[in-house]
Amino acid sequence: MIYEDSKILLEVRGLRATVDGIEILKGIDLTVRTGEVHAIMGPNGSGKSTFAKALAGHPAYRVSGGSVRFEGRDLLALAPEERARAGLFLGFQYPIEIPGVANSQFLRLTYNTLQAQRGKDELDPLEFDDFVREKMKLLEMNPDFLDRSVNEGFSGGEKKRNEILQMALLDPRVAILDETDSGLDIDALRVVANGVNQLANKDNAVVLVTHYQRMLGYIVPDYVHVMSAGRIVKTGGAELALELETRGYDWVSAGQREASGALA
Amino acid sequence: MSVATSGAYLENLLHGQPLPPASPLAWLNRLRAAAVDRVGALTVPTTRDEEWRFTDISPLAKLTFQPVTVAPRLRAADIARFCIDEAPIRLVFVDGVHAPELSGAAADGGLVVGNLAAARVHAAAIEPHLGRHVDFNDSVFAALNTAFLYDGALVIVPPHARVATPVHLLFIATQKDAVSYPRCLVLAERGSEVTVIEDFVTLQDAAYFTNAVTEVAVGDDARVTHLRLQRESGAAFHIANCAVALGAASAYRSIGVALGARISRLNVNVLQAAEGAECTVDGLALIDGSQLADTHTMIDHAKAHGVSRQLHKCIVAGSAHAVFNGKIRVRAGAQRTDSSQSNRNLLLTGRAQVDTKPQLEIFADDVKCAHGATVGQLDAEEVFYLKSRGMSDAAARSLLTYAFGAEIIDRIPVASLRTRLEKAVLERTADAA
Repeated sequence: MIYEDSKILLEVRGLRATVDGIEILKGIDLTVRTGEVHAIMGPNGSGKSTFAKALAGHPAYRVSGGSVRFEGRDLLALAPEERARAGLFLGFQYPIEIPGVANSQFLRLTYNTLQAQRGKDELDPLEFDDFVREKMKLLEMNPDFLDRSVNEGFSGGEKKRNEILQMALLDPRVAILDETDSGLDIDALRVVANGVNQLANKDNAVVLVTHYQRMLGYIVPDYVHVMSAGRIVKTGGAELALELETRGYDWVSAGQREASGALA
Repeated sequence: MSVATSGAYLENLLHGQPLPPASPLAWLNRLRAAAVDRVGALTVPTTRDEEWRFTDISPLAKLTFQPVTVAPRLRAADIARFCIDEAPIRLVFVDGVHAPELSGAAADGGLVVGNLAAARVHAAAIEPHLGRHVDFNDSVFAALNTAFLYDGALVIVPPHARVATPVHLLFIATQKDAVSYPRCLVLAERGSEVTVIEDFVTLQDAAYFTNAVTEVAVGDDARVTHLRLQRESGAAFHIANCAVALGAASAYRSIGVALGARISRLNVNVLQAAEGAECTVDGLALIDGSQLADTHTMIDHAKAHGVSRQLHKCIVAGSAHAVFNGKIRVRAGAQRTDSSQSNRNLLLTGRAQVDTKPQLEIFADDVKCAHGATVGQLDAEEVFYLKSRGMSDAAARSLLTYAFGAEIIDRIPVASLRTRLEKAVLERTADAA
């Protein structure tokens, strides 16, 4: 939702990043304010997942230019864990499985780590159990998932619910959800989207990275950005996603090429 | 090492302390005499021996170990921290000598838990097994142990008896430069069920030498769970031979955890001597500093319709060195054998080392056998995942290392032991990360 008195949470200016020496992001500008939902769309290879991971501080993505301010702080100067503690959350496209660590143990550890960093009270296992079960209801998750190893043997949909559960627990200022809709059947998509909608409020923001429009039928974005070849080439409202759904990505990319040609 | 040096070393071990007094049991005297002969004929293995290629035990042969003439009397308080709540039936050996005053809870219902040296009454049951499963013809350490065979743990589970609580066999090392010869014999008769915990601990940090032999005979339809914890001092030497013989449709499940010792070597030999036997032989070695932990296992499918499962993991920090040699043999006639073996190794530093050698020897044609080994470091994606949730680099690495070991520890069916080991692994991995 766009509010009048919103504050800037995330301000990306001319961000460039390389992977294995190849430049993938070629100058990205994006401003995210409190209360907003942004969708970043684009064809495979356009750089949208790279953008998400670069913001979270993935070591394989080297920032080669530009700046990112997060609530006024220099985000790029922070280690990944410091970014998380500052309130940035990345929902993974492929959540990692950790056999041998119970999900409840992992969730409590991450929750308490952030609570301690924020100067708030940590929860003991019993208190946390009550707390996390409440949050699981939001995602219609079976409490059995607490006793299983982190993501091990979870279906695609269960892994994504577990990601949004972490978002619910960690209460980030900006949540970047990388292809959260991929691998979800229609029921799981509805549940996950509903969870995200309930977590979004006027003090935080959500950035959805997605290839398809279908999730945006449930989570209505305030802004839709289209990426192509490492840049945001078009920005519009929710209606842009529908147009992409019917016309595909080629016309946006083609328009970009024409524009570049005109400038040259 | 020259043969002469090796001979002098063995000579000292063999004659530096008095051999046990003659037994009224002629067969036992013959067994010891045969073992003494083998010690005279064998040499201390060197890295030129195929079975010892990766494990240099020359530091062991450079030290002189004293015989244990008198074991110190310990008080219950001294050993309280080693006791396991769920295992009231306990046999305690101090430097290899039986300590009846520390051993707890008399067995009942025909279950025998006692000292081998006092087990003449069970001689008929023992004779077919003692010294018959562990082959000391080619193992100088098994021969030495057998030459000194006197005190030892004896567990006999009568037919169809189910022992409700685990039997705890606790071996405590207390003396510097001492050599001890722990010995165990576990006989699970037809249709019986028992869990045995072999536990090697220490009250000191100095060098000493534990040379252990364990034999387990699992009768037809019997089920044995065998937990083995090696928590020796960081300066100790621990060499152990364990042989298991499985009857028809029996089940043997073992989990070995090695945390201690400067150099440790465990040989496990499981023989599926009858049809339809099942075994699981899991292990975890967690070592750092300059520790060396060597595990050699042999699962011998001698009869048809056998099942074996093995997961052996090593976590190697510092400049430590882990060795795994796992042989699966499927003999001709052992048709419909179903076997899988996996060895996974985690190296936490650039100086850590692992040598792994899974081996399959198959002489039957209708079998299902899978094996594999991996050696790796912590996965960068996994570390990033945890850091993206706010965990520090050190905490993320510690948790992932712990998780790697927890896969084995979680299989231990004794809750307090599991908790204790999880804590030990977390402490060790926190140090290593």
